[in-house]
Amino acid sequence: MNRVEGVAKVTGQARYAYEYPVEGVCHAVAVQADIPRGEIIRVDAREALALPGVLAVLSCEGAPELADTSDYELALFQSRTVAYRGQIVAAVVAETLEIARQAQRLIKVTYRPGEFDVRLTGTHPGLYRPDKVNPAYPTDTGQGDVEAAMAAADSSVDVTYTTPALHNNPMEPHATLALWEDGDLTLYDSIQGVSTGRDSVAKVFGLPPEQVRVHAPHVGGGFGAKGSPRPNAILAAMCARAIRRPVKLAVTRQQMFSFTGYRTPTIQRVRLAADAGGLLTAVAHDVVEQTSRVTEFAEQTAIATRIMYGAPNRGTSHRLARLDVPTPSWMRAPGECPGMYALESAMDELAIECGLDPIELRIRNDPATAPESGKPFSSRNLVACLRAGAERFGWDGRDPRPGIRREGRWLVGTGVAASTYPVYRSPCRATARVGPDGRYTVAVAATDIGTGARTTLTLIAAAALGVPVERVTAEIGDSALPPAPVAGGSMGTGSWGSAVVLACRALRRALDEHAGAVPDTGIEAYGDTAEELAGQQDFARHAFGAQFAEVRVDTGTGEVRVSRLLGVFAAGRIINPKTARSQFIGGMTMGLGMALMEESVMDHEFGDYLNHDFAQYHVPTIADIRDIDAVWIEEDDAHLNPMGSKGIGEIGIVGTAAAIGNAVHHATGRRVRDLPIRIDRLVG
Amino acid sequence: MEAIEIVLTVNGDERRLAVDTRASLLDVLRERLGLTGAKKGCDHGQCGACTVLLDGRRVNSCLALAVAHQGAEVITVEGLADGDDLHPVQRAFIEEDGFQCGYCTPGQLCSAVGMLDELKQGWPSAVTGDDDDLGDEPSDDEIRERMNGNLCRCGAYAGILAAIKEASR
Repeated sequence: MNRVEGVAKVTGQARYAYEYPVEGVCHAVAVQADIPRGEIIRVDAREALALPGVLAVLSCEGAPELADTSDYELALFQSRTVAYRGQIVAAVVAETLEIARQAQRLIKVTYRPGEFDVRLTGTHPGLYRPDKVNPAYPTDTGQGDVEAAMAAADSSVDVTYTTPALHNNPMEPHATLALWEDGDLTLYDSIQGVSTGRDSVAKVFGLPPEQVRVHAPHVGGGFGAKGSPRPNAILAAMCARAIRRPVKLAVTRQQMFSFTGYRTPTIQRVRLAADAGGLLTAVAHDVVEQTSRVTEFAEQTAIATRIMYGAPNRGTSHRLARLDVPTPSWMRAPGECPGMYALESAMDELAIECGLDPIELRIRNDPATAPESGKPFSSRNLVACLRAGAERFGWDGRDPRPGIRREGRWLVGTGVAASTYPVYRSPCRATARVGPDGRYTVAVAATDIGTGARTTLTLIAAAALGVPVERVTAEIGDSALPPAPVAGGSMGTGSWGSAVVLACRALRRALDEHAGAVPDTGIEAYGDTAEELAGQQDFARHAFGAQFAEVRVDTGTGEVRVSRLLGVFAAGRIINPKTARSQFIGGMTMGLGMALMEESVMDHEFGDYLNHDFAQYHVPTIADIRDIDAVWIEEDDAHLNPMGSKGIGEIGIVGTAAAIGNAVHHATGRRVRDLPIRIDRLVG
Repeated sequence: MEAIEIVLTVNGDERRLAVDTRASLLDVLRERLGLTGAKKGCDHGQCGACTVLLDGRRVNSCLALAVAHQGAEVITVEGLADGDDLHPVQRAFIEEDGFQCGYCTPGQLCSAVGMLDELKQGWPSAVTGDDDDLGDEPSDDEIRERMNGNLCRCGAYAGILAAIKEASR
């Protein structure tokens, strides 16, 4: 089914946060720290305030107090501390954007700079063990004796992979329009969750949640960067309250590299041991990554390794360095994405060590139950994905020898990697209503950040109601609707859809019991999934997939082209094939960026991400995407949710970079273990 | 601030207004004329979300100073359809799912319309071969080359390519 908001989006009528017409709206811009660590001595705003059209300057000097300062990134101007270069230290509000931007440059901030450390290394003296990793996984796991298994192995690899810092870079920069009325706050915000966003903002301002309303009918992408309110939401609200007028603020593309989140760089040691038959005897994955000095974010990089392959001796660990950097956060498949890059690259190396086809190695080590936990899988069709993909991609008969296929000046190679993502679900509520005109409306505080949620929920509701989709409308993107979890963790459709199904079933029962015509006020019913979720059986629930890549490497320049990319996924029932395919391919496209070009480079001298715009942080363009496709296999899983679906927003990015890296090795014989696979790493 | 009065014809309507000399065409469209279809993705001409047709040619409106375009004719995404009748490129984008979040879409659409016109006029690109007839349906590589200034982070490129091919027929 085509997207229900398709016409609005292609005609420019779909409004995003910054675009709501509001009488008398003013413009705010943020001023950022230009030292990586220290104290603010003075903020001199005299010159800025003297500029006609400037309405206010906010900073730590005389800033309005916030009720809750536990989240440092949101506790704007509540202290004189600078914890990273690019932190917001002031804001100016003016009648127009042009004036605000001129005034921004007139604000003089003087600092007492401190010693700083922004360099992550595998042997950083400050490495520590966090209590848990995102969101609540054990930091370390282990069983058996990895060292002994490595020593006794017929084949083994002990390799270290690194991934750089990566920035989500949704096309719509974070933006907020804030209005206060009689002490109530209304936000039009670019955010992935309106219920959770409302609660967080309310807490910061010390308001009961019912005094805050968050609208986000259209969101221009997020990929995790809008998973919670970012400083723009708080700043716009502070400015609006200060001048008693509506205020809007859009983060600039450059600023998005500082205070809207990013994926931590990782240093990952993977050890794999196998016996003569290619059965794994040990799997170990040890991760070093960074967090900021002010907030701990511990990416769960090694968790996929806990469920992927069977082996009696195993271990995973995460260690963090606290640096004077912005706080890392969620970026599409936090954990699985960088972790599976390392694990699946190492599996490719082990296959070569064992003399086995990389697909065969994975098939031999596919576990019957979840390793470590011992739980049964609700469904696990990795092997089916590998086999279906091999056939479709033309894998059979592949000559494993690297660096021998030449087509003119190009070396050609193919690679494979597995993919996985957990099935999460959070409690959610929804309503379903029918009016006297026979039109149905389901309402849930979901958000459509480009996933197709509005369309998918319409389909789910129509199926549950047993009516044509044309008679159903899904209302989302407003915190006044029944509370819902965030569009994150690939759990949106599963969580919201479950509540919609319950509400629709309740409405059908109400209609069955109702005699006569539907009254003018309509009939409404309610669904709440809390009970159903609490009663869930204990299964290991994960989606799986297989990614295949064909690359061509220019022997003269080292340029890498991904000529073919195929993803085969097993993700339960696919609700809307059209938008699902787009999500898979979209994730794979971002994975291609991770493999070949995306990299945020830390300036060790001045402490900031240097390449903070699209001219320097390269994301894939249409010219990079050649033959790309995503397909799925039928998967019946009764242990998921009423739709039988698994989340699909993130799995597409998982494994792509490994498949491409493995193909680059096959093409060239060069194993690049540091992403991205830049030209200098291939020809150097 | 210095304000200068200019006249623009936007989607067929003459609009007369005094603009800050520093204001970009993009900000004038969005903040002054209520045409928020053109998007601000980077404000530096690096993403293409702000693409509009300026005197018939596609431009990044974030890099165009409004005062420098006195008397210009501007077509934004709001002006592509003929009433409720969508432009073939718009229809094809919906059909081929050439977008997800929709934020880059107005720029993609204006760029595609401008690009198809460039092809019609026989303008070659870096990938055009000596023997290529640009009057034919454009090759995938022509489209990729000519559209690569319009970024899409959702990764809807496969759909965008299919949509433009569809619309070019």
